[in-house]
Amino acid sequence: MDAQIQVRNASKVFSSNGSEITALQDINLDIHSGQFVCLLGPSGCGKSTLLNAIAGFSPPSSGTVKVDGKVVQSPGADRGMVFQEYALFPWMTVGENVGFGLEIKKTPKARIKEKVDMLLSKLRLQDFRDRFPKDLSGGMQQRVAIARVLALDSPILLMDEPFGALDSLTRRNLQDELLRVWTEYGKTIIFVTHSIEESVYLADRTIVMTYRPGTIKKDFSITLPRQRDPAAPEFNELKKELAGLVIEEQRRYNQSDTWAHALN
Amino acid sequence: MKIYPIKTLERLRGAIVPASVIAVWQALSSQGYINPQILPAPTAVVARWLDYLRPMEAYNAAGSGFMAWLFSGELVRDAYSSLYRVVAGFLIGAGLALPLGLLMGANDKFYKLCDPLVQVLRPIPPIAYIPLAILWFGLGNPPAVFLISIGAFFPVLLNTISGVRNVDGIYIRAARNLGAGQATLFVRVILPAATPYILTGARIGIGTAFIVVIVSEMIAVNNGLGFRILEAREFLWSDKIIAGMFTIGLLGLGIDTGINSLNRYLLKWHRGMDH
Repeated sequence: MDAQIQVRNASKVFSSNGSEITALQDINLDIHSGQFVCLLGPSGCGKSTLLNAIAGFSPPSSGTVKVDGKVVQSPGADRGMVFQEYALFPWMTVGENVGFGLEIKKTPKARIKEKVDMLLSKLRLQDFRDRFPKDLSGGMQQRVAIARVLALDSPILLMDEPFGALDSLTRRNLQDELLRVWTEYGKTIIFVTHSIEESVYLADRTIVMTYRPGTIKKDFSITLPRQRDPAAPEFNELKKELAGLVIEEQRRYNQSDTWAHALN
Repeated sequence: MKIYPIKTLERLRGAIVPASVIAVWQALSSQGYINPQILPAPTAVVARWLDYLRPMEAYNAAGSGFMAWLFSGELVRDAYSSLYRVVAGFLIGAGLALPLGLLMGANDKFYKLCDPLVQVLRPIPPIAYIPLAILWFGLGNPPAVFLISIGAFFPVLLNTISGVRNVDGIYIRAARNLGAGQATLFVRVILPAATPYILTGARIGIGTAFIVVIVSEMIAVNNGLGFRILEAREFLWSDKIIAGMFTIGLLGLGIDTGINSLNRYLLKWHRGMDH
């Protein structure tokens, strides 16, 4: 069976102030339906660029991204995106935010209400239906954002450091919530993070990326049984192994950073 | 000891300074330190204000009804005329500026086409249009409404443009990801995201309109609050001038309060609008 998401020879070059930066170089990646994949690496390794290419916000400069055999050219409701900044519409209530995608699809009102209610209670937000996002904590806002993409019934969820801005307790809470949703709905999830622990806790597969140009350094299968215990020795063994790889790249990032400072 | 709620105490404290100013003013006037022609006593101003407010003729049951009689005083008519001009001018000015601003904000080509003209016209104070306004529209309401609409036009236009241009890209990306097309994006995302800017523009616009109405009534119209205080000067009725000025102040306060509650209603979702 062909992979659900196929990235072929994808490169992305940005030009800024006359100089060119190769954010992605020759990425080849197959992701199968139902996989939970983490893209891991330091800032500037192109993990978000790759996610945006799959989302269709910013297509690769060369090479292709295919989803279900079709070349991705624009964003689509088959690939729901969750942003680090939540990106809830502040002028819509929680319920309106969650129902907005369905409203765009011209779903009948009664059906929207039913589905919104179902999703809100699934994410334990039922009491906040008529509140505005400003009344909610960061963790709750991100739960609303997850409910909003779940409403689309998209087979693929793209998550760009979704829990990066949350405190560690809320973060663990939402990670568990996400795993619950993932198990229940069988979605494919591509999850960008720079937290090694987060990737070991969540992913079936972690792809470590290199710092500039962004390439795949190592494709890691994580087969630890779920529910994973971050205190378990196997967990830490794996974490250490991944950390070795990520720290190499972080060092290259730091060096280029000092270099840039020295030039200024 | 009786305990008063904090709100009442705060209000009482707020009244201390105005009450003292009025008391000193009244004392100086009653002692004859101030020439009443230059600055009449507060009591004289209040008496004149009530006089100005009162219907000019005795109530006649055969006439056009009690309410019509009650509001037939000169002050009420003047305030009504001024308010009418402000509202009409504001609606025309803002009504033209809003669609133009949305278009200029959303379409870069159109923006580049129109912006030079806007930049040239914008610094001209609406008052400078008075000679042209009279030349084009004669006297009475039309030139006044024209001038007010110019006063309201530019603040609404400029704020609408920057409101649309400053919509956070993350909302647009989120909406496109949810499948929004251009029309939905505009109506459900760009427009509400720009609303705080647009309302700020409306608030500045109505403030300008209020200044322009007084000036234009002093020059091109023969009723309204602006006309009335200028007319009072010719008779050296300084008590009436001050009564008129306070009326203008009260009207302005009323308009501002109205706009504020509209703001609070439309922006109940906005951070920092909780109070």
